Amino acid sequence: MTPRKPVTDWTTDWDHLDPRWREDPFPIWDELRQSCPIAHTERYQGAYLPTRYEDVRAIANDSAHFSSRRVIVREVRPEPIPSPPITSDPPHHKPYKQLLLPPFTAEAMTKLAPKARAICNELIDKFIADGHCDAAQQYTRHIPVKVITHMLGVPETDSDLFIRWIHEILELGITDNAVLMQAAREMADYFAGHIAERRDNPERRNRPKDDLISQLLEAHIDGKLLDDRHLNGMLRLLLIAGIDTTWSGIGSALWHLARTPIDRDRLIADPALMPTAIEEFLRAFSPVTMAREVVKDTEIGGCPIKAGNMVLLSFPAANRDPAMFPDADKVIIDRKENRHSAFGLGIHRCVGSNLARLEMTVAVEEWLKRVPRFTLAGDVAWSEGTVRGPRQLPIKFWP
Amino acid sequence: MRIRVDPEKCQGHNRCKAVAPELFLLDRFGNASAVGDGHVPPGFEEKARLAVANCPEMAVEIVED
Repeated sequence: MTPRKPVTDWTTDWDHLDPRWREDPFPIWDELRQSCPIAHTERYQGAYLPTRYEDVRAIANDSAHFSSRRVIVREVRPEPIPSPPITSDPPHHKPYKQLLLPPFTAEAMTKLAPKARAICNELIDKFIADGHCDAAQQYTRHIPVKVITHMLGVPETDSDLFIRWIHEILELGITDNAVLMQAAREMADYFAGHIAERRDNPERRNRPKDDLISQLLEAHIDGKLLDDRHLNGMLRLLLIAGIDTTWSGIGSALWHLARTPIDRDRLIADPALMPTAIEEFLRAFSPVTMAREVVKDTEIGGCPIKAGNMVLLSFPAANRDPAMFPDADKVIIDRKENRHSAFGLGIHRCVGSNLARLEMTVAVEEWLKRVPRFTLAGDVAWSEGTVRGPRQLPIKFWP
Repeated sequence: MRIRVDPEKCQGHNRCKAVAPELFLLDRFGNASAVGDGHVPPGFEEKARLAVANCPEMAVEIVED
């Protein structure tokens, strides 16, 4: 692969795949917020980058000018593959969203807590005697994928396959369309197989079916069952959205605690701080950046916005805006007022936010119970593009 | 003191329910509303303020009687 042209001016040539952004994006956003709050780049066939909370909010709430038909900034723009409701605009968005909300309520998620705790402890069992581990590869990576396979009703043993597809779709696929298309085809074939198996297998039909694939097979919109294309798109969304996002959230929380013993010891001494701490990790290290496609000329924050461009909708940058969050650059685990946008703003609020919060809480709690004293033991590698979190997190720990 | 949730703004983040469970109800889509007529019982004023201050959609408001 040819190396990317380095960024020389972030206001007119920003690139979220630049190694400086991947390593430490925060100073870049802070600088842009001061000098050029809506930056532009000719890369990616033209895209804007808002870094102020208010501008991100305005765009997220304006589906008339900013369409969700494309939610990832890529170098090419193939015909979008619908994954409702995330790729839907009003009025099509709401019926799909309402199908997914009931299975993901906070109440429904608390029933998954024992399963999530068991997964965390089985993972810790495997490295606890070693005194060291790669927390990203041996712990955080496996927790969300195991939970979502359980919810979807597909084999947990397919986890590595899912993680590969997501890497290809969300990271490699930004610059390599062939890889993206191949992964999308494989994923569609995979779900088509599971759909057919449930439809065609009468024996299975008679069994109790509470997994999400079975529920969506019975779901209706306007009195009609979902067609295969939309059903497949929704399953694709559930799989993609629920894995490396929370993997990243848990990883960034552990990364912070590994380098900040004072916060780690406070959380152990006072577990009642966990809810505000989790919200603060979500704010300070928000994993997910979305995108919109400008479909009509408009103006945001005094800046003209032209149709045909993409917008990198950086909730992570918005969540570091000092106009919204006092001491935005500090991690304050008992922050009382926290209107962070880690799960998005407006109609596309993450459908899995309750699941993500549960997984993050359980994963950090179980880790601290069994690995109370730990520190970084080497270089951290971060993912790039749409979702940011540690993909290599060497930790050493002692009793 | 009374609280009110604007149903047009609420997107079901559930932050109000997390910080002030006694004051809010959720429907099956996770959207919030105030318990009863929104009256905040004595001793719950601080929780009501936290619910306002943690709503990402600015959907929760305090109405002083």
